[in-house]
Amino acid sequence: MKIKAQVAMVMNLDKCIGCHTCSVTCKTTWTNRKGAEYMWFNNVETKPGIGYPKRWEDQELYKGGWQLRKGKLELKSGNKLSKIALGKIFYNPDMPEMKDYYEPWTYNYEHLTNAGELEHSPVARAHSLITGKKMDLEWGPNWEDDLAGAHITGPLDPNIQKIEEEIKFNFDKAFMVYLPRLCEHCLNPSCVASCPSGAIYKREEDGIVLVDQEACRGWRYCMTGCPYKKVYFNWQTNKAEKCTFCFPRIEAGLPTVCSETCTGRIRYLGVLLYDADRVLEVASTPDEKDLYKAQCDLFIDPFDPEMMALARKDGISEDWIEAAQNSPVYKLAIEHKLAFPLHPEYRTLPMVWYVPPLSPIMNYFEGKDSIKNPDMIFPAIEEMRTPIQYLANMLTAGDTETVKHSLQRMAMMRSYMRAKTTGKEFDESRLERIGMTAHQTEQMYRLLAIAKYEDRFVIPSTHREGRVNPYRAQGMEGFDTEGMGGWGTDSGGSCDGCGPASPSPTGTATKTGKEIYEENFYGGIWRD
Amino acid sequence: METVDKFIWVVFPYICMAIFIFGHIYRYRVDKFHWTAKSSEFIEKKQLMFGSLLFHLGIIPVIFGHIGGLAVPVSWMNAMGVNDHLYHIGAIYIGGFFGFMTLFGMIILTFRRFSISSVRKLSSFSDLAVNSLLLFIVFMGMYATLVTNAVQPDFDYRLTVSVWFRDLFFFNANPEIMANVPLSFKIHILTGFAIFAFWPFTRLVHVWSVPLNYVGRSYILYRRHKPTN
Repeated sequence: MKIKAQVAMVMNLDKCIGCHTCSVTCKTTWTNRKGAEYMWFNNVETKPGIGYPKRWEDQELYKGGWQLRKGKLELKSGNKLSKIALGKIFYNPDMPEMKDYYEPWTYNYEHLTNAGELEHSPVARAHSLITGKKMDLEWGPNWEDDLAGAHITGPLDPNIQKIEEEIKFNFDKAFMVYLPRLCEHCLNPSCVASCPSGAIYKREEDGIVLVDQEACRGWRYCMTGCPYKKVYFNWQTNKAEKCTFCFPRIEAGLPTVCSETCTGRIRYLGVLLYDADRVLEVASTPDEKDLYKAQCDLFIDPFDPEMMALARKDGISEDWIEAAQNSPVYKLAIEHKLAFPLHPEYRTLPMVWYVPPLSPIMNYFEGKDSIKNPDMIFPAIEEMRTPIQYLANMLTAGDTETVKHSLQRMAMMRSYMRAKTTGKEFDESRLERIGMTAHQTEQMYRLLAIAKYEDRFVIPSTHREGRVNPYRAQGMEGFDTEGMGGWGTDSGGSCDGCGPASPSPTGTATKTGKEIYEENFYGGIWRD
Repeated sequence: METVDKFIWVVFPYICMAIFIFGHIYRYRVDKFHWTAKSSEFIEKKQLMFGSLLFHLGIIPVIFGHIGGLAVPVSWMNAMGVNDHLYHIGAIYIGGFFGFMTLFGMIILTFRRFSISSVRKLSSFSDLAVNSLLLFIVFMGMYATLVTNAVQPDFDYRLTVSVWFRDLFFFNANPEIMANVPLSFKIHILTGFAIFAFWPFTRLVHVWSVPLNYVGRSYILYRRHKPTN
């Protein structure tokens, strides 16, 4: 047994309003650079839909994640030898192209103020950030927002296609779910396994998966390997980039930018302790429907004194053990069994978990019997066969019972709290029937509905004292900064992919990131 | 004339080789960040498939062919049971086959790099130069092998070029041997040496990053902060 710690995330989809604040704050922090314009380390998709990149969940197309071959766990895109020997290194057939994401663009806003006298009002046209040419926009990162065009793209959603009966995308029968997505920082990351250069690694201290920019040689197998398509190729630096889980913030005990800025307060961050020696065994679970339960068994009870003695032996410090005991992620995912990993069938053991949304189902029955008689919500959940199967295809490899159980607990919590706040009687034996207690229910309520900052984010700071020389560690994690002294790109000396993207593709001279930074910053305050 | 010959066939190759070796050391120490395969598959995939596969799968046997023809003396070949007749069949037919693969691949890749605007836009000057130079070298090599060898059947590069080439490594090169070599061979050889001098400063460095140790390593890699003291 080897106990390691992982900082994991839970998202309560029930409260996600699809506002994209997480995506935008993430983008302005991490990917507003040349070569990274098309990257959204965090994006919010409306489901059903094909998503970003198009049909990312179709692993027959992209060959992401793992599969069992004769009972042995193997990368779906082929074993190590096949990658080098079969010429895949010269041409990777399973790799997505930029057009599968979208071609990044900007508008020539200057034209609006500079245009001379014209017959018609001037219009800012879209220009490609790659070629600078005018573009007709046909696809973008949130093209399907709020089911836009879902009558066309919805039926192509791989989760929909797994449901046998025909799904109608009529207005009155439509259902939708927001799905914020970021790197899953998996326990069994297939991107790490795919990297021939050994540039991607998982940090032992907190489980964050990072790309060593100096070791990456741009072979791009990680893009294929990641089934969530969350490793991106910077077309300017020709290196892989991915979500860093805002590691400088996590190390300081602060939540990631996406979590901090979430307006719906749907995100939770906390520590989980797991047995690293059993990762391979759990990922090799024969039946994919058992993967979710097997993954839950991998985590160690932070209240078990024997186990905590072992954890201390493996170098887990006292404050991390305390954080694991107070972890909202442990409570929601393991204790209350409300949250599920996204697509466990990819066998990567993802560490961003989702509480399935109850509201679309509740709303459907609003004004019907279920509101008058709260017990009616259970048959109602049964009746919503299609959305539940859909959620199960996303969260539990198709096992509807587990998802249903989570929804029932949340529905029961609502009934209980409604009765309590309106001063009505509530038969607590109803709670027992689905294995809950009054105390537990109130805890769930506090965590899900009140969602205090200090309850949502329980992040111990990293102990780096004496472990790392910050000067030498420069450029080891995440991204390089300006002036790495490189050459090889046109800009001569400075790194093209490091500064903010130039706002004008048709502008006469492209400014370096450093120039833009110096122009816009005055005493650390962003001027417009 | 003699000084010029000496410069071209002795000094120039040594300069190229020195730049090749020290350039790589310098680049690896100073600029690991830009050391990549610099693939444009992300931008354009269809033409790349044909071009890249033909070129790469062609150039690897071609390199081994060059080693066989240049580094191995005729007497050793004979001792291994490869007589002149057998060697020439191998060089012309097998070499020609892979040579054509390389050439077609290079034509596709060059056409793609210059004609597709997004790929062109993302190419640095060095990318375009390397691309064009490689195409030229491959073309001259094919021309020398198939045309010059047929037109001047009494010329044997294994008795001239190869001897000169091997002597370079013993610091004993004789420029006079090269005087009567046909022009197509001369151009191929000199541009070939030139690209070795450009090598460390271009995308070609990715050749040294062939991830052979991937095969033996474990799938999941962990890193942890190590104590500094």
